[in-house]
Amino acid sequence: MTEQVKFYQTGTFTVGNRLLEEARRTVQSLMTRANSLNSGHRACQGCGEALGARYAIDTAVRETDGKMAIVNATGCLEVFSTPYPQSSWQVPWLHSLFGNAPAVASGMAAAAKVMGKDVRVIAQGGDGSTVDIGFGCLSGMFERNDDVLYICYDNEAYMNTGVQRSGSTPPRATTATTQGVGEQPGNKFGTGKSVPRIAMAHGIPYVATASVADLRDLERKVARAMTFSGARYLHVHVPCPLGWGSDPANTLQVARLAIESGLFPLFEAEHGRVTGRRRIRKRVPVDDYLKLQKRFAHLFGPRGDPAAVARIQSIADANIVEYQLDDIEPLSVLRL
Amino acid sequence: MDHPFAITLDPNTGRDNLTGAWRTKRPIYGSRLPPCNNACPAGHDVQKWLYWAEEGNYRKAWEVMMENNPLPAVHGRVCYHPCEDACNRGQLDETVSIHAVERFLGDLANREGWVVPCRPDSGKKAMVVGSGPSGLSCAYHLRRMGHAVTVYEAMPRLGGMLRYGIPAYRLPRDVLDQEIDRLAKMGIAFRVNERIDGVTEMLEWNQFDAVFLAIGAHKSKHVNIPAREAGKIIDAIGFLRDASDSPDAAQARIGRRVAIYGGGNTAMDAARTAMRLGAQETVIIYRRDQKKMPAHVSELNEALEEGVRVQWLSTIKEMSEEDIEIELMELDDKGFPQPTGKFEKVKADTLILALGQDSESDFLRGVPGVKVGKDGVVEVDENMMTGFKGLFAGGDMVPSNRTAAIAVGHGKKAARCIDAYLHGASYEPAPKRQLAAFDRLNTWYYTDAPKSVQPVLNQLRRLENFDETTGGLDETNALYEARRCLSCGNCLACDNCYGVCPDNAIAKLGSGRFEIKLDYCKGCGICVTECPCGCMEMVREPE
Repeated sequence: MTEQVKFYQTGTFTVGNRLLEEARRTVQSLMTRANSLNSGHRACQGCGEALGARYAIDTAVRETDGKMAIVNATGCLEVFSTPYPQSSWQVPWLHSLFGNAPAVASGMAAAAKVMGKDVRVIAQGGDGSTVDIGFGCLSGMFERNDDVLYICYDNEAYMNTGVQRSGSTPPRATTATTQGVGEQPGNKFGTGKSVPRIAMAHGIPYVATASVADLRDLERKVARAMTFSGARYLHVHVPCPLGWGSDPANTLQVARLAIESGLFPLFEAEHGRVTGRRRIRKRVPVDDYLKLQKRFAHLFGPRGDPAAVARIQSIADANIVEYQLDDIEPLSVLRL
Repeated sequence: MDHPFAITLDPNTGRDNLTGAWRTKRPIYGSRLPPCNNACPAGHDVQKWLYWAEEGNYRKAWEVMMENNPLPAVHGRVCYHPCEDACNRGQLDETVSIHAVERFLGDLANREGWVVPCRPDSGKKAMVVGSGPSGLSCAYHLRRMGHAVTVYEAMPRLGGMLRYGIPAYRLPRDVLDQEIDRLAKMGIAFRVNERIDGVTEMLEWNQFDAVFLAIGAHKSKHVNIPAREAGKIIDAIGFLRDASDSPDAAQARIGRRVAIYGGGNTAMDAARTAMRLGAQETVIIYRRDQKKMPAHVSELNEALEEGVRVQWLSTIKEMSEEDIEIELMELDDKGFPQPTGKFEKVKADTLILALGQDSESDFLRGVPGVKVGKDGVVEVDENMMTGFKGLFAGGDMVPSNRTAAIAVGHGKKAARCIDAYLHGASYEPAPKRQLAAFDRLNTWYYTDAPKSVQPVLNQLRRLENFDETTGGLDETNALYEARRCLSCGNCLACDNCYGVCPDNAIAKLGSGRFEIKLDYCKGCGICVTECPCGCMEMVREPE
């Protein structure tokens, strides 16, 4: 009966928890967190990317003791955080072009090395600049194994310019360029393009996916990434209320359902091999995720498309098998 | 702007952009009424004391608990815990075992000798008649408010039905004694063996400024059962009183085969007590079915576990030396039992009547303004006052469902009304908070955790003696159980709101306090959606 109580009400699911010892609380729960992307930025209400960027960069600031610099590709994050003459960043930050962020970051890392400065470099961008436009530079940065952590905030379309389809837009999602008209409305079912898997194929030291809905997992992965030198890649799922047609209040709920349905698998890989996955805690059908978003509204209702929903479900099911996301062992074992 | 090469923007200059202007709704923090608190007849703020217990601050938890209930060690044992029936966690996995934590805290306080402070003497004197849960509760609260209180008890020992009605296997007497001791240490005067008849004189002679009557309901109801031979017919309340005072005397009053007539908690207590006093067979005879039975289901189950049999849908016609003739009943569409004309015999040499109790309030008949109703029940107004000025009443002697928790609630409410009356004011209850319903919670955040189980005394051991049948939790599992609380509608300091704001528009002030930075809050509402306990809500922006 002298067994220690290992139960903390909300455990490690909430941002903080007054019952947990300080060492086990998140960076975001600290009154001293860096707030690297601070109040006043012009992101829409409920922006997942703004939140994901603060989560990731605050952790990197802690891991590097603030000795770091960011290269930002063109995109929402760049536009809403730095409308001339203001900047909401509280860390060294540089913007050049849409497609060259990985190359600029490579150069910055090389310069720091030559100058003998202990400065780590992080490059970041949306899915437009990562999956599509800057993809060549990114692959080069990986292949040369330059000492850069590249973070992609994936909101699944070009949101800044008005929601146009990107290589990361999921099948059947409507965007300005894949409209909800015709026999098969929305984006086509293609083969998909998983940049995390492409990154793994480069054999770089560290690749991981993360989500704004699992802060603790995200912080741990950023911290883990900073322990490696060489090219590292983090792909963060960040819902966009404007582009996805979801309630701004539901940003984390939407992201959570993407994880819990299996549509967005959380895993990590080192040197090209999967080393860990975040198991699903309470599995839900993809319908729960899709129904919260107007971009998928045409799939439901009397004129809906159950076959397309079933096909999306099969993508989730395949992910669950591929990454072993089913709750085989208790989640607490994995997380505590 | 004079910047070095390639530097165009200064850090954190975006702060000048006050995005709060975008907002049409704003989040606010609040405190809602948890369902446990809402369901408690004694008004326990269960969530509030569990909050402190969660941190292991048992002293503070106990102090918060003591604001409403002077007898936690007793209530953690005897209360039927309607709080748990209402607990939101029941919709998630299993309800929080609130009574078990209450009992743990009560026992700890008794072991540690913790006492409750009282306000400075007010100079007012109050009289309490009856030392049952209602009287003790009223005396306790009045004493805390600084009034001098004297409790009069007709019986030789204190506790009322807690001592003379509830058997020791549910409430060990040393626990009751410790709780009453603490009340005595607070300065409450107790006078036993004093039956009070002329209460109004006390007021008229200015011996007391107010009187609270809580004499309970101790007179067993009787029915006329033809008994040809000298079959033993005794009443349940007298039997339980004897069992408490002198088990030998009680044992002498029953035979080998005991029948109990009635379906309330008193019937269960009498049956289980008879089993412990050596009855070979015990059968409860009840005129309706299990669904209509007023006894609490846990009491019925424990009685059945101990070998008590129940003869449903039966009324007693006649009793002879060896058996009882019963008539089988059936329920009509309104649920009332109707005779069928079929008769059976049940072997029994003793019949215990547990058909309810009346209040012995005859002495109040003729007091101007006081209305004594059916069964001796006394009418009171919304301030617990009878028609006679300064004369209050509560507990089993006023219309109610007659449980210990309700009695304690009456005592508390009466104390507040008496306090107001003594100050020439009238009591205004605090406005009720809005209910913290289950659908307001974001249950995803709570860790899965099954309920703790209290140890139960072995069946055979139970029938040998009056040892307590249900054990308590120890510190480890009490802490675990407290932490199962979802903290419905009240902040549990999880930092979610602070963490999930995309605009860093919530300030964490420390000590579990947060503040919305309205200059920057865009009103997206993520903080409200992600609040596990539902203490936040969005409200319209003021014009």
